[in-house]
Amino acid sequence: MSELYKVSSNPHIRSGAVTSTLMLSVVLALLPAAGFGVYNFGPRALAVIGVSVGSTVLTEYLYGLLRNRKSGGGKKTTVTDLSAVVTGLLLALNMPVGIPLWMPVLGGVFAILVVKLLFGGLGQNFMNPALAARCLMLISFPAAMTAFDCDAYTGATPLAVLKEGGEVDVFRMAAGFTGGTIGETSMIALLAGACVLLFLGVIDLRIPGSYIVTFSLFVVLFGGHGADPAYLGAQLAGGGLMLGAFFMATDYVTRPITIRGQYVFGIVLGLLTGIFRIFGPGAEGVSYAIILGNLLVPLIEKYTMPVAFGHGKGGKRG
Amino acid sequence: MLAAPVRGERTKENMAKLTFVGGIHPYDGKELSKEKPIGDIVPGKELVYPLSQHIGAPAKALAAKGDRVLAGQKIAESGGFVSAPVYASVSGTVKAVEPRRVASGDMVMSIVVENDEQYEKAEPLPRKPLEKMGTEDIIAVVREAGIVGMGGAGFPTHVKLSPKEPDKIDYVIANCAECEPYLTSDYRRMLEEPEKLVGGLKIILKLFPGAQGILAVEDNKPDCIKVLEDLVREEEKIQVKGLKTKYPQGGERQLIYAVTGRKINSTMLPAQVGCVVNNVDTMVAVYRAVTEGRPLMERIVTVTGDAVASPQNFRVPTGTSYVQVLEAAGGFRCEPAKVICGGPMMGTAMFDLNVPVTKTSTALLALTKDDVSALEPGPCINCGRCVEACPGRIIPSRLADYAERFDEQAFLDAYGMECCECGCCSFVCPARRPLTQEIKSMRKIQLAKKKKG
Repeated sequence: MSELYKVSSNPHIRSGAVTSTLMLSVVLALLPAAGFGVYNFGPRALAVIGVSVGSTVLTEYLYGLLRNRKSGGGKKTTVTDLSAVVTGLLLALNMPVGIPLWMPVLGGVFAILVVKLLFGGLGQNFMNPALAARCLMLISFPAAMTAFDCDAYTGATPLAVLKEGGEVDVFRMAAGFTGGTIGETSMIALLAGACVLLFLGVIDLRIPGSYIVTFSLFVVLFGGHGADPAYLGAQLAGGGLMLGAFFMATDYVTRPITIRGQYVFGIVLGLLTGIFRIFGPGAEGVSYAIILGNLLVPLIEKYTMPVAFGHGKGGKRG
Repeated sequence: MLAAPVRGERTKENMAKLTFVGGIHPYDGKELSKEKPIGDIVPGKELVYPLSQHIGAPAKALAAKGDRVLAGQKIAESGGFVSAPVYASVSGTVKAVEPRRVASGDMVMSIVVENDEQYEKAEPLPRKPLEKMGTEDIIAVVREAGIVGMGGAGFPTHVKLSPKEPDKIDYVIANCAECEPYLTSDYRRMLEEPEKLVGGLKIILKLFPGAQGILAVEDNKPDCIKVLEDLVREEEKIQVKGLKTKYPQGGERQLIYAVTGRKINSTMLPAQVGCVVNNVDTMVAVYRAVTEGRPLMERIVTVTGDAVASPQNFRVPTGTSYVQVLEAAGGFRCEPAKVICGGPMMGTAMFDLNVPVTKTSTALLALTKDDVSALEPGPCINCGRCVEACPGRIIPSRLADYAERFDEQAFLDAYGMECCECGCCSFVCPARRPLTQEIKSMRKIQLAKKKKG
């Protein structure tokens, strides 16, 4: 035995996909919405995004340093997996442009430190960190989080107008020229980003599809306007539905891993969003629907575990 | 993309192209070796014949140190029903009967023969002319010839050919998928000796009067499909079927499902759904045993990979050292990062080339890049790619978790034993987790426990 070769168990080849490139593709897919937000709301939106992303990334980095010191070092930082960037960006896109800048810092630290890292880091959190932070802030600072008046827009958001029985311009809404949080207003920009993710296979239509279809049916049945396309269109284009359905409900960590479970999850989100928006006190309900849905994931998975190939029905003669 | 049907039988979509749910599309590397005809090889001075080249009881040595043996002489007899005899592939003198290292890294009792380079042949196996052979005669010859599944598993072929109810076999499937990347031995065999493959299939069909013969070929080999179709045009009972090119299309369970829509799980045999499946090389071996009386003592080995100077397929006498096989392909072009016995998905990495080619050695693959050690595993992000890819329709990431913390009950409850170790989950995992490896070790432990009782 003159020379020994390296051995390992099979398989010996790997596909090209790695965690950081997946996260990077999500960041890139969010750029149209973020860019439109800056265009729509002005440069302050950029400041909110910068502060939010900066605080999530810094929290992840510092926590890594502290932990590393305790465990004797040697571990690489987890910042490079880019998941903190995704969280920070999503958080910023979920805030109004006029928010005091210390609030995104608080939200960013809470999202990364409390919701993610304290539960074990990437892959271990049971709630979407960005949404959990948003909900925390909605509860703690309801006024600042729903102050949608800014230089560009004043008055209620289209969904609030709709709730009061008023008229809205669906096309302006779809394009995004309305008040709201930084990243949620433009359905077109969001869908453009979502198409990239769908094309790259980073996400699929199971959750967004079943979510949006269920929500639409709910609106038609219980919205009080029947199948009025203008009303339904406004409900779909308004608020955080598109941002939530394509970018937050599809968050790998906090959605069911079973294929049937993903359909169930989407349906649950559609129902919850419908209930919150139509029967709830507020005009919006996407964030709470997804957070609540996240909590149901273990239960959904339990009842949608697949039956292995060749077991159950059709196992014998087909 | 909407979900492909998770469960259920033939849908319109997969009727059009025969396939299964799940699987992957890795780089197939077949162009490296597919164009060159099968070459011959010089067996070298020393040949090693492990007594365990198959699933089941090891063979019992017949030859002792100092004996002179001939090419095609039985040197070890079958050790039970699920077992197979071993034949010398050269003439020479038995140097030793001792444990030797095999490709898996294990030490296995082996007969070592010093080649006298005379290649003196033994008498062919005694047999009747084909027309006069009955079922029993054919199975007896296959058993005596030491034929085992040559696709890699090494299950004794005579056992497969003797199901409890031969009348209930509806399909005899020749597994010509060759879905494993880089491998082209079946491809070359189909192009160069298709009549032997079809001959083997016809012999096996004689055992099952109610069965249809099917040559199942992946559609990345249109030339093979054409050659075989031309050959079976007159055969009423044989059809060629094109399968979608996807790994692991040639896995037994996936193949049966793709061709017939019938499903088996890990506890079932193909015969329970009326199928008998054999690989290309195995069918050729059956043909040669029955018509020529030739025992199994050679196989086609693909020598390939970007670290090999001149990739090619070779007709290799069993017992030949891999060193010899590599030399025939011009040696290494550059320093390999990894050397694998078999394909990149299911093959075994070798730390030393000084091991013998056995009945189940499909390939020697040398790669300049080792994907496995190139990147460190990270935490699972629950992305579900392993779930989509798993042909067993189980949840690899969770099973690997259970295996990692040795939660046996959870592992069994989640159908952990249904894993066929195809490697798709590890291949697709963006966190580079060793999913297949973890599940594999847990399965090994569970199988050993079951055996112990």
